[in-house]
Amino acid sequence: MDMQASKKKLGLKERYQVMTRGLDWTPSYQKMEDIYPYVAYEGIKIHDWDKWEDPFRLTMDAYWKYQAEKERKLYAIIDAYAQNNGHLGVTDARYINTVKLFISGISPLEYVAHRGFTHVGRQFPGAGPRVACLMQSLDEIRHAQTQVHSISNYNKYYNGVHDFHHAHDRIWFLSVPKSFFDDAITAGPFEFMVAIGFSFEYVLTNLLFVPFVSGAAYNGDMGTMTFGFSAQSDEARHMTLGLEVIKFILEQDPDNLPIVQRWIDKWTWRGYRVLTLVAMMMDYMLPKRTMSWKEAWEVYFEENGGALFKDLARYGITMPKCAEQIALEKDHLSHQAWSTFYNYGAATNFHTWMPDEDEMAWLTAKYPESFDKHYRPRYEYWREQAAKGNRFYNKTLPMLCQTCQIPLVFTEPGDPTKICYREVDFKDEKYHFCSDHCKAIFEHEPEKYVQAWMPVHQIYQGNCFPEGTDPTVEGFDPLAAVLKYYHLEHGRDNLDFEGSEDQKNFDEWRGMATKNV
Amino acid sequence: MAVAAIGKYEFAPADAIDKFHGAQLLYIGWEDHLLFCAPFAFPFPPSMPFGAIVEQVLPGAFGYHPDFARIDWSKAEWLKSGKPWTPEFSKSLEENGLRHKDVIRFRTPGLTGIKGSCS
Ligand SMILES: [Fe+2]
Ligand SMILES: [Fe+2]
Repeated sequence: MDMQASKKKLGLKERYQVMTRGLDWTPSYQKMEDIYPYVAYEGIKIHDWDKWEDPFRLTMDAYWKYQAEKERKLYAIIDAYAQNNGHLGVTDARYINTVKLFISGISPLEYVAHRGFTHVGRQFPGAGPRVACLMQSLDEIRHAQTQVHSISNYNKYYNGVHDFHHAHDRIWFLSVPKSFFDDAITAGPFEFMVAIGFSFEYVLTNLLFVPFVSGAAYNGDMGTMTFGFSAQSDEARHMTLGLEVIKFILEQDPDNLPIVQRWIDKWTWRGYRVLTLVAMMMDYMLPKRTMSWKEAWEVYFEENGGALFKDLARYGITMPKCAEQIALEKDHLSHQAWSTFYNYGAATNFHTWMPDEDEMAWLTAKYPESFDKHYRPRYEYWREQAAKGNRFYNKTLPMLCQTCQIPLVFTEPGDPTKICYREVDFKDEKYHFCSDHCKAIFEHEPEKYVQAWMPVHQIYQGNCFPEGTDPTVEGFDPLAAVLKYYHLEHGRDNLDFEGSEDQKNFDEWRGMATKNV
Repeated sequence: MAVAAIGKYEFAPADAIDKFHGAQLLYIGWEDHLLFCAPFAFPFPPSMPFGAIVEQVLPGAFGYHPDFARIDWSKAEWLKSGKPWTPEFSKSLEENGLRHKDVIRFRTPGLTGIKGSCS
């Protein structure tokens, strides 16, 4: 059959229709359930995929054109930043540790998000969401790439950035973000969309991405700041998609509500636990602070999120229950997190330190209810000891939560002096949790979480030493072997910032750039 | 609840006792001493006497704290899974009823951390 070429140029809307949904077809000799095998088992009922409202009308060719232009600009700035030794313009070399945290903790998640959206994009029978997921999957791999490219410049000068992906898959605390995303991509397509598309991208993104980007801006890191801004227009699209998914699922069938509510509860908590890393970054790792974690939580979750959940009330969705506990933790989260990293500073791919006098005063001002009472005495003691050459390095491995994989560092809701312990017996095994919420997530799907790759247990099983290591030989040093397995060089990549090679080099190079020597 | 899945969904737990080369895991926390950010995880042979943990292992794990040297072990109060419990120091972990992945805590009355802050 000859195609009838149209003389008239198509309008944007028609063009979108033809180039996206118009490319779909109804199969005639294959069954729908064979083509889309994952769409029913989660219990979500969709009656009419055509009811999907496309949140942004973008065709593939427009996508390429637009992104290519953005990236040309981005790479021009990154190049200029690198050529002008922009890294020497950051506030203080301690700042670079936030970049190390970002590249090893967050950028690999961009890549997994890419894989996740590719996967679910294949699984949805509706052409509208399939196209949206395809574009988001491309956004995510671009984010991973641009982040790696911008941050690679730091790798030329500073320690700990050299093997971020290897680190992500192995280092004890990086199992927290890693297992979060592994949990999401091993769920069904609808849960993935609620987990990542809605809870992560819509509800929590302002608490993850924005603090890093504005932290970069405040601290003179143009490279990081620029990729942040470049990703911003994608983020707006992702947020719209996340919200559209929730509304679409809920409008399709009333039976979907309890399932979606449970996912929102679960993923808000899972996401919040990952944000522990951001909380300490904001309050401790940025030499020039943007705002405190507590303030960020109040603005971005309590105010903005509150308005969102009010909006969703018409579908029957309520504010996740965990919000109450999070409100109790906001005075403590960042301090408990930084204490943890200070404890285990011999096993991290970035440096740790004690806040100086001014920084302690800032913490007192931002956390009048908690800092002086619960955390200052501990810090002052550590600081005194460090000054005497007795810097605290905790060498004994901690007990972990089976769900979020964070050590049991969180205190009882309402009592910051007592560690919160929770446990469950399942099929002759004991499992431990940091909180009621992590426990409830486990109890709903124990078979999933019994498989967790818990870094501490893996070390004790002997699975975290370089190949060929014999742990039975005289004088075997397990921690040294674990650092080798992590590809971390003891004394360079880890330990206190004070006395580090990063500190020394930065001072020397900045001196060369600003003084006559 | 069972995991929603497209087929049978059953997997062996990743941390069963047979994976630990003859050891079992024991978690130990010291109440009111958050200088140590979390309770510790240890692999111990089930035949190890409980007293050996207190004498040979805990000093290495908790000894950095100035309170540690002041502990009177005869006054220490123990909890197992959050409930009061009394260990017998001369008996083994197994004889003390400690199983793989049990969690115990001890409280040391009168010792409440750096400047009484529970740190
Ligand atoms: Fe992204
Ligand atoms: Fe947890």
